[in-house]
Amino acid sequence: MNRVSGVFTASFIPAGHHPMILLCRRWLAFGLLAFTSLAAQSAHAQLSIEIVGGAGAAIPIAIVPFGTEATYPLGISGVVGADLARSGMFRLVNTEGVVPRPIRAEEVQGPLWRARNADAVVVGSMQPLPDGRVDVRFALVDVVKQTTLVAMSFVVTQQQFRITAHKIADIIYEKLTGDRGVFSTRIAYITKQGSRYQLLVADADGNDPQTIVSSNEPLLSPRWSPDGTRLAYVSFEARKPVVYVQSLETGARRAVANFRGSNSSPAWSPDGNRLAVTLSKDGGSQVYLMNADGSNVTRVLTSSGIDTEAMFAPDGQSLIFTSDRGGTPQIYRAHLLSGQVERLTFDGTYNVSPRPLPDGKGMVFVRRDGGRFQLATLDYATRQVQVLTSGPGDESPSVAPNGKLVIYASEGGGRGILAAVSIDGRVKQRLVAPAADVREPAWGPFPRS
Amino acid sequence: MRNYVLIGLIAAALAGCSSTPTTEAPVDDRSGTGTTAPGSSGAQTGSAASGGVTGSGVGSGAGANVLRDPNNILSKRSVYFDFDSFVVKDEYRPLVEAHARYLQQNRNARMTVQGNTDERGSREYNIALGQKRADSVKRMMTLLGATENQIETVSFGKEKPRNPGHDEAAWAENRRDDILYAGE
Repeated sequence: MNRVSGVFTASFIPAGHHPMILLCRRWLAFGLLAFTSLAAQSAHAQLSIEIVGGAGAAIPIAIVPFGTEATYPLGISGVVGADLARSGMFRLVNTEGVVPRPIRAEEVQGPLWRARNADAVVVGSMQPLPDGRVDVRFALVDVVKQTTLVAMSFVVTQQQFRITAHKIADIIYEKLTGDRGVFSTRIAYITKQGSRYQLLVADADGNDPQTIVSSNEPLLSPRWSPDGTRLAYVSFEARKPVVYVQSLETGARRAVANFRGSNSSPAWSPDGNRLAVTLSKDGGSQVYLMNADGSNVTRVLTSSGIDTEAMFAPDGQSLIFTSDRGGTPQIYRAHLLSGQVERLTFDGTYNVSPRPLPDGKGMVFVRRDGGRFQLATLDYATRQVQVLTSGPGDESPSVAPNGKLVIYASEGGGRGILAAVSIDGRVKQRLVAPAADVREPAWGPFPRS
Repeated sequence: MRNYVLIGLIAAALAGCSSTPTTEAPVDDRSGTGTTAPGSSGAQTGSAASGGVTGSGVGSGAGANVLRDPNNILSKRSVYFDFDSFVVKDEYRPLVEAHARYLQQNRNARMTVQGNTDERGSREYNIALGQKRADSVKRMMTLLGATENQIETVSFGKEKPRNPGHDEAAWAENRRDDILYAGE
């Protein structure tokens, strides 16, 4: 595997509620969390993340260093704390000077932590086992109600510390917000450095970036299979757009759409068996369905103009797509069984790149307002459009699997960067990688369970 | 019990990550540099096998020279478009007509029309817009006597800008079709 330097991190900011945390939600700061990673010199250098500003009035939580944690090169509590803090939904409470340091739930003294304004406290331990593995235990204590919300144990190797920490952060996040966490997910994205394009996959916090494809020709539109084992993407290596599907486990790949003309915009069906693609083989850019291996190509939409950027609705029953059939690019929805097509966007002359929300009730898309390209959401039932970002060059949104955060391509310092915004538009962060244009982010699915 | 499930999950996830292989895409030259396209895109495209045109058919004779003679309009290969438009402007009609005539007179000749857009807007929508621009030129050429299978239209969208700038002059230069004959 190749590791590359200069990547970044991503995290999430949900808007759920837990009865314990009624305070301050409305005061959640809109702070821009600026993430900066240092240019790494060696191929194996770890990236460095710096949070500047943030949501000062989020859920106050104390993450106490786990017992015997200091004896390991990578601790658990630090990663858990970083995940939660980066989400914008939590504020870390200082844990220094608490003696004796609590390790188990029953050792947590509520009044002491309430005095530090903590609502929740996380404690844990790391016990080495004879076989070399480590018994990692943690507990989440509600110090307002004086109850233990969860206590769990994981027997893992040291190599599994980081993924275990993300798992613990996911559990804490879900307990306190009611929404499933996405700290254990991965993201894919494209970098362009000079004339070199790379498709990379990294943990959601930017760690462990791995190069999946390298090319001297453009790469775009990476799309995760629903089970997270394959990526579909578009490559220009044949001097034109061709759609590939590549296994992340074996690296084997196949040109699934390489017809005369252009082949682009892959999208997976929710069951992972089919792809929607845009082909020009029969004239114009039109949407087709095919099996994931490229067989059984059938045209599903017909217009005299452009139809592209099709995405399946979460129930697989309809496609949302961009078309200029009405004179300007707008977003439509086609019901696959009935063939019925309805227009979804009416405001403005350029609405593109629809991405369905996982609850099936709306979508994220890109709109042009004057010369600015911004992200917005559309609620299907109310037809309400909410603008999420200000632009000027925001594009390629991808919704986290819990529907609470959108990662997208933006601009900063004269090059492409990734950014993330909460689905309610209140919390934003920038994800900067030095010396490379970063674009085309795609948020992977929840880990298989 | 739940812990064991989690442990299993973690182990499975790690197993999945640890061997992620990398693919090195076959490297290709930028378009129009005169090299043959390796593994040319025609692989699965049916009728229009690439090559076999400029090389032997007309290439060794006057044909190739005509296409490269700077005094011949056939050496002009770019058609420019207005913002958000795919209409071939009148000033490019003579160019398109000349290439259509060449294709009509050289039935073995094959060309690719590559559509391009400026950097504004969705990458995928721009692929479709560039395709529409390439299709416009193709349609005009086929109306003028070229045959369907002589011309493949493809799009680079905004991915391969000729001018890397971010102003109106750069954008105007990048809203463009390029004409390449097979083998070029």
